[in-house]
Amino acid sequence: MTALTVAGLTVREAARRRVVWALLVLTVVLLALSAWGFSKLIGLDTELGTMTSGEARLVASLLLNLIMFGYSLIAAIGTAFLAGPTVAGEVESGQALALLARPVRRSAVLFGKWLGLVAFGCGYVVLAGLAQILVVRTVVGYWPPAPVAGLALLAAETIVLLTLALLLSSVVSTMASGIVAVGLFGATWVAGVVGGLGAALGNEGVARVGTVSRVLLPTDGLWRGAMNAFQDPVALVQMGPGEGGFPFLSDAPLTPAYLAWAVVWVAVVWGLTALSFQRRDV
Amino acid sequence: MTSETAAAGSTADQVDGLPPSPAVWCSGLRKRYGRQTAVDDVSFTVARGEVLGLLGPNGAGKTSVIKMLLGLVRPDAGEVLLLGRRASDPRSRSAVGYLPELFRYQPWLTAAEVLDLHVKLARVDVGASERRECLALVGLADRAGDRVGGFSKGMQQRLGLAVALVARPELVVLDEPTSALDPLGRVDVRDLVLSLRSRGVTVLLNSHLIGEVERVCDRVVILDKGRVAASGTLAELLGQREVRLRLGAADGRVEDRLRAAGALSRSGDWFTVALPADDDGVTVPDLVRDLVGLGVRVHAVEPVRISLEERLLAVLRHEEPAP
Repeated sequence: MTALTVAGLTVREAARRRVVWALLVLTVVLLALSAWGFSKLIGLDTELGTMTSGEARLVASLLLNLIMFGYSLIAAIGTAFLAGPTVAGEVESGQALALLARPVRRSAVLFGKWLGLVAFGCGYVVLAGLAQILVVRTVVGYWPPAPVAGLALLAAETIVLLTLALLLSSVVSTMASGIVAVGLFGATWVAGVVGGLGAALGNEGVARVGTVSRVLLPTDGLWRGAMNAFQDPVALVQMGPGEGGFPFLSDAPLTPAYLAWAVVWVAVVWGLTALSFQRRDV
Repeated sequence: MTSETAAAGSTADQVDGLPPSPAVWCSGLRKRYGRQTAVDDVSFTVARGEVLGLLGPNGAGKTSVIKMLLGLVRPDAGEVLLLGRRASDPRSRSAVGYLPELFRYQPWLTAAEVLDLHVKLARVDVGASERRECLALVGLADRAGDRVGGFSKGMQQRLGLAVALVARPELVVLDEPTSALDPLGRVDVRDLVLSLRSRGVTVLLNSHLIGEVERVCDRVVILDKGRVAASGTLAELLGQREVRLRLGAADGRVEDRLRAAGALSRSGDWFTVALPADDDGVTVPDLVRDLVGLGVRVHAVEPVRISLEERLLAVLRHEEPAP
C-alpha cells in the first residue's frame, strides 16, 4: 500500500517535472530523424553500385541497434538523474522528514520509489523502442527477429542502471549519484567494446575485460542481448569473421545463466540500498 | 467459559484498568556525530494530553532528540516508546503529526494533494471536507489547488502545520513551528496549540520563543549541550517567587522574622525573601503585619516573579542548581 502510494508519487513527479514532455519531444525528434535517414538508405548508391537487399538489411540492423542504443542511453541518463534526487535529494532538502515520520517502513518507501522509476524508465524504453521498430518497418520494411525479447532486455538494462543509481543516491549526494551511475554505464559499455575487440583479435586477456565488466555491471551484457534480438541473423555472417568487435552487432544471444545473474545482481544491489537507507539518519 | 478465555478476559481487564501509557517515553538517549556528542543521556516523559516545551540554545540537541523520537535518526543508545509502542515499530507513528524544523513539501504537488498523500500514508480515513477544514485552520483554504512550489516560506510552514494535524493525531510534534511566521501567524500557532490541548492532544513543542512556551506549555525540559539541564512543570520551574521589602531601622528581631518567612538576602535597606513554593498567599500579608507590629517602617513591598527566560538563562549559565 505504502509502496504503491510512493510509486504513484514518483511517476507523478516525473510527469509534473516535465521530464515526460522533454523525453517525448526528444524521442519524436529522434524518430523523425531516423525515419528520414532510413528513407535515404533505400536505393543508396555505393562505390560498388546499388546496395543489395542483404546489405540493406545489414545496414538497417546496424542503424536500428545504434538508435536503440540512443534510447537506452536517454533512458539510462533520465532514470539515473531521476533516481538521484529520489533519496539523496529528498533527504538533503528535508522532504523526506515529514514522509518518513509517517507509519511507513523505509524499505516500503524505497520499493515504491524503485517501482515508480521502473515503471517510468521501462515504459519509456518500451514505447520509444516500439515506435522506432515500427518506423523502421514502415520505411525500409525491416522487422527484427525478436522485438519483444529485445525491448524486454532494454527495459532490464534500464532497471539495472536505475537500481545502481538508487544505491548510489542512498550513500552519496544527488549530483554525484547521477554522474557516477552514468559514468559506470559508459565505462562498462566501453569495456564491452574493448572486450569484443580483444575477442576478435584473439587476445584472451583483453577479451576478459569485457566479460568481467559485464558481470560487475550487467548493463552492457543485457544491451548486447537486446542488440542480438534486434539484428538480422545473417548480418554477422555478412560482416564476416574478424568484425566481432563491432560495437553495434552482437555475436550471441544471452544465456539463461547471465539473465539469472542480472536478476540476482538487481536483488543484491536493491537489498544493499534498503539496508543503507534503513540505517541512514535523515 | 474455559479457563483460558477467563484468563484472557482478566488480562484484558487488567490492561483496561492500567493508566494509558505516556505519549512519549524516552530513556538514556545518546547520539554522536563523528567526535561531537549531540545528545547525551536524555530521558523524559510526556504524559497524554500534556503540552511539553523543549527549550535550549542552538546546538543543544533538541532537533536530534525529536528526530530520535520519530525514528528519523538512529540513537547510539537509549530507548523510545511513542504512544505505548517502540519507536522502531512504524505503527508507533500511526497517530503522530510532525512539523519538521526543515519544512519542505513536494513542490510539484498542490497543497490539497500534499494532505491527500499524508492521509494515505497515515492510513487514516479523513474525508475531503475534513482535509479542507484542516487547510482552512492554517489559513490556506483559498490556496488548496495551488502548487507548493509557488508558496512563500511562511505558507509552506502553515502547510506543514496542516500536514501535522490532518491525520487526527494523538501526539503532535512541532519543531520550531513559528520560525517563518509573522506575528499574526505566531498567535495562530499559539491558539492552535491551546486548542489541541483543550482536545486532549499531546503536544511536544520545540521553540526559541520562550514567551510562547511559557503561555502554552504545562511542562518544560531544558536541554543544554545534549543533556537535560532542568525539567519540571512551569510551577516547579518558576515557583520560586520572591518578595522585596524596603524597611527602615531593621534590627535583629526583624531579620529573624524575615528569615522565618524564607531565605533572606540584604542590600542596604532592601531585604529580599525567597518565598516557599507551597505559599498559600498569606506569607506576605502576615509578614507585613508582624513587621509593623515590631515597629518597623515598611516603605515598600514588591513581589518579584521570575520569568521563564530568566530561569532558562540562570540554568544555562549555571547560576543556580537545576531543580
